[in-house]
Amino acid sequence: MTCLPAQTDKKLGLVIDLDTCVGCQACVTACKEWNTGGHMAPLTDIDPYGGHADGVWFNRVHAYEHTTERGGRTVNFPRSCLHCEQPACVTVCPTGASYKRASDGIVLVDESKCIGCKLCSWACPYGAREFDADVGVMKKCTLCVDRIYNDNLAEEDRVPACVAACPTSARHFGDLGDPTSAISQLVEERGGVALMPELGYKPTNRYLPPRAHSEGAAKVDAPALEPIKAEGGFLGWIDRMLSN
Amino acid sequence: MHPAFSVVFFTTATGAGYGLLALLGALGGLGFIPADFWLGFVGMALALGLIVTGLLSSTGHLGRPERAWRAFSQWRSSWLSREGVASVATFIPAALFGIGWVLLGKSGGWVAVAGLLVAAGAVTTVCTTGMIYASLKPIAQWHSRYTLPAYLIFAAMTGSVLANALLQSFSLGSSAILALALLATLGGWVWKLATWRYNDRLEIPTNANTATGLAGGTVRSIEWPHTEENYLLKEMGFRIARKHSAKLRRITQALAFVVPIVLLILVFMAPWPLAAMASALVAVSQFAGMLVERWLFFAEAKHTVTLYYGRE
Repeated sequence: MTCLPAQTDKKLGLVIDLDTCVGCQACVTACKEWNTGGHMAPLTDIDPYGGHADGVWFNRVHAYEHTTERGGRTVNFPRSCLHCEQPACVTVCPTGASYKRASDGIVLVDESKCIGCKLCSWACPYGAREFDADVGVMKKCTLCVDRIYNDNLAEEDRVPACVAACPTSARHFGDLGDPTSAISQLVEERGGVALMPELGYKPTNRYLPPRAHSEGAAKVDAPALEPIKAEGGFLGWIDRMLSN
Repeated sequence: MHPAFSVVFFTTATGAGYGLLALLGALGGLGFIPADFWLGFVGMALALGLIVTGLLSSTGHLGRPERAWRAFSQWRSSWLSREGVASVATFIPAALFGIGWVLLGKSGGWVAVAGLLVAAGAVTTVCTTGMIYASLKPIAQWHSRYTLPAYLIFAAMTGSVLANALLQSFSLGSSAILALALLATLGGWVWKLATWRYNDRLEIPTNANTATGLAGGTVRSIEWPHTEENYLLKEMGFRIARKHSAKLRRITQALAFVVPIVLLILVFMAPWPLAAMASALVAVSQFAGMLVERWLFFAEAKHTVTLYYGRE
């Protein structure tokens, strides 16, 4: 059913720290590896070793140069489904293939119902959905629904693959609907923001902006080296010879 | 947005088809257009032919067309589903109207009721088509108050031009239908110019800052996540050069509005069969012009996802 639940019991989502993300692409490859065998498998690659490699990915890392009056910096920016509270990708779906779960707020696609009309990808402002031309259906991030509730995995592994893989702990997973959860506290503390809030999709995921440039920090410049003074003696003779 | 020919043709053809169907239903049912077998047969075949080929064309871009029947289920939330339901529902009164008006040569009574239901169904279907585009917030050029009226005006315009060509070719030309075609074409031109003017001056609050959450200053894309074009760029990253866009807008205006207006004025004065030939030419020229218009409708529409790839 593509009508949205009035509210969800939980709001599971990701928080991505743009301050610590180093753009290593580990989350991208971990996502691809898990999900090409997971709930939405396969994540087809077309011409993977040719000149026009193309394929389905749920997570893509961009790099931007953010320049303000206080200077510029490179920001690595992972982009994936934000599991919105008002996901138009769900309501535009004509078949009922797209749905938002009332239990945890995860937005999913039932591949067996998808006709591949692609309208949901038009309705998503964030480019979270990618069409699998080989299977003929739309695919998207599942928030690793087949990991986070998976009793066969150790407790600490019941997080999305991208979160588990991140070497700098730039990715956090949890219930953003619970203000006391660690992830909500983190958003509160770091002033996490929603993407394109003006469009009214009410994304669940939050991005932690890079920390402010530090001002008045201790100077760490090394002292200048002593100039070479070789006026006499053997070294002076070599210096004069080489200078000729 | 990538202008897929299947969708460009679908919206243009069904717009003209439903426009003609609505006019035949309302005017034929009430007896303003005489019930004549061949006129009715050709008219209904033309209208339904355009609609059916359009609908079939639209299934051409589906990944899994064999599941298309599922698209009738989510009419509570989805304009695309509503379009499917409305288009198929319109065939029921259309069949009854066809039997009454074309086969039995009747008008008035139950044929009029069926005809008015056909007209209502046709208008509803065109509205749902328009709303599919008007409801998409990520595409500011579509999510505007111009989109829905445009679909209705263009359906009325192409439908009345077809109705005029049909009546003229049977030597049953009506100056009322001719005047309607002329006025609708003028209205279509004005609306298209107003839409372009609006879109050219559009100031979109969504930009690279709000897309990335990086407040203040400038956000410049320095590296894409992939080296080749992916689905997002192929489907939504379509770019058209400004000079081509200007040229195509002139072609649209010439074929869809200027040529039809000049020829329709001539039809007022021309004797048969010249009037019939000119009317047919108007229909062909306008259909070609509207295909260009619809191509531009897609090509000039910018999706917010392109902000992530460094679009200005």
